[in-house]
Amino acid sequence: MPRPMRIITFLVAAALTAGGSARAQQLSGAGATFPAPLYQRWSVEYNKQVPSIKVNYQSVGSGAGVKNFLQGVVDFGASDAAMTDAEIAKAPRGAVLIPATAGSVVLAYNLPDIKNLRLSRAALVGIFLGKITKWNDPALVACNPGTPLPPTPINVAFRSDGSGTTFVFTQHLAAISPEFDEQVGADKSVVFPVGIGGKGNEGVTALVKQAPGTIGYVEFGYAEQNGLSCAAVENKSGQFVAPTPESGAAALASVELPENLRAWPVDPAAPEAYPITTFTWLLLCKKYDDAAKLKALKDFVTYGLTEGQSFATQLGYIPLPESVVAKANAALGKVE
Amino acid sequence: MAAPAAATKEPVVSPVRSGPDYFLGLTVAACIATIFVLGWIFWEIFQEAFPALKELGAGFLTGANWQPNRDRYGVLPFLVGTVATSLIALLIALPPGLAIAIFLSEDFLPLPARQLVRFVVELLAAIPSVVYGLWGIFVVIPLIQQLGAWCAERFPDVPPLAGPAYGNSLLTASVVLALMILPTITAISRSSLVAVPRTLREGSYALGATRWEAIFGVILPTAAPGIVAATILALGRAMGETMAVAMLIGNSPRLSWSIFAPSGTLASLLANQFGEAEGMQVSALMYAALVLVALTLAVNFAGEAVLRYTEKKTAGIR
Repeated sequence: MPRPMRIITFLVAAALTAGGSARAQQLSGAGATFPAPLYQRWSVEYNKQVPSIKVNYQSVGSGAGVKNFLQGVVDFGASDAAMTDAEIAKAPRGAVLIPATAGSVVLAYNLPDIKNLRLSRAALVGIFLGKITKWNDPALVACNPGTPLPPTPINVAFRSDGSGTTFVFTQHLAAISPEFDEQVGADKSVVFPVGIGGKGNEGVTALVKQAPGTIGYVEFGYAEQNGLSCAAVENKSGQFVAPTPESGAAALASVELPENLRAWPVDPAAPEAYPITTFTWLLLCKKYDDAAKLKALKDFVTYGLTEGQSFATQLGYIPLPESVVAKANAALGKVE
Repeated sequence: MAAPAAATKEPVVSPVRSGPDYFLGLTVAACIATIFVLGWIFWEIFQEAFPALKELGAGFLTGANWQPNRDRYGVLPFLVGTVATSLIALLIALPPGLAIAIFLSEDFLPLPARQLVRFVVELLAAIPSVVYGLWGIFVVIPLIQQLGAWCAERFPDVPPLAGPAYGNSLLTASVVLALMILPTITAISRSSLVAVPRTLREGSYALGATRWEAIFGVILPTAAPGIVAATILALGRAMGETMAVAMLIGNSPRLSWSIFAPSGTLASLLANQFGEAEGMQVSALMYAALVLVALTLAVNFAGEAVLRYTEKKTAGIR
């Protein structure tokens, strides 16, 4: 290559890289582990469409996500437990909660010969309070007519780490049983009077898979991927509903989201609703100083709320109902 | 004894140094930095733990309730779990670990074969703890569950062995911990056994001792300080081990007499709850970390005392 040519090539290459890096926009987010597979999928798919925007989402847990968001070390946070009013008040640049997807918490069990276990409210609470200890307890026999329940002990598996999944699950149990509310309460990490703890959804999944007679709560997607049997749970109107995307959507449709878009379908009344379902939220600032970053972030979230919803079912999540998407978009419009 | 002799033979390049001694400066700086970082860690933990320290005081150590959602923090079950798992692990690992060390330091096998065995044992230390955890889930848990069921049936009145037997239990964690600390015990004990002077061995044989009399009467007592040091290091490692324990112990905050019941340790508590903790819970977890550090420190001090005592006791032989 002659010398002038080489210089020109170099200059052109430099200009191209410089132009590229000027347009490339990095967005960083951190938070809930529950929706992480979906957010990461969005990031990959969106990057294919708009190569200049790179989204890096770290699944560090809801609590850590809120912490990072409040410290301003990430562009957006994510949390299964949304943010409390006290936390929102602490946000230096305000906070906007955007429901991004939803999921069900299922009761996965290991009883080799039984595929259609049904759990009444009394049985569910009784098992997790340690009052029902055998699979052929009268309370379980009553709601499973014709099913040959074994006389073996029930092993309970719970999440040992703090988690949004525990929060949603205990919130439901506390709502349907004052006794559970008083003895255990609802939170991200609680103490169940029985059972063994597994770390993460994968830990509980391993506990359930390993020992026959074990029952534990995990996210729907995990149970599905691992081929675990899930119990049909009695809802408010007395129906036994199996966890499916449709029954989850019915639960979501039953809540009217308030102004701040923070609400849980704690105990949905609709007869076809699966009772233990939750939204999960993206946490955005009210104001962003960097206009380019703001635009990139809005574009990405808009993508997630529209096209991105189509990945939800495939990954074991529940697509947001239309009405929720409309409200989320309206909230997104207020971010500036 | 060989080193100074070799040093005098070395050619002397220049007897006088010129300029400042940079190497000395570097080593002093590294030394100070280590102390500084350690102090910094202590200070940070203490500062974060202070609200819980003030609020909960000594009741933290004796309370058996750990309910973050009720702001009740008692660390006793985890304290007991930490001490119990590491002691049981030590009990399981010490006899075979020491036996392997003796076997490798004597000439039962030709040297290449001994080197191979030594290499394999030390390789155990190179396995990541999460792999130990997985291995424990798939291999140890089913075994312990069977053992537990067997024990519960035969000894229903002996609290440590009575049921109900779980796979994820105190004993499961202890067994895997034992395997993890085995290379520490073996490696350090072996090097202290090898370091026993030849003259001592030969002297005892010359006096008519059999091989076993020589080992138990002379070699082991002489190497005792090294073996004590190995034990202390192993105990420290067992107390601090986090990942494998969190995967196997069942993470239950309830106190139980049974070794087949799920339990928890301080390290696994921290690993489990720190990510999602907020407010007072963070402070309580830091307090728990402080307790763990104090416990490890106490073990090291006790070890140091035992070490000095054995050194004094065995000084006559050396």
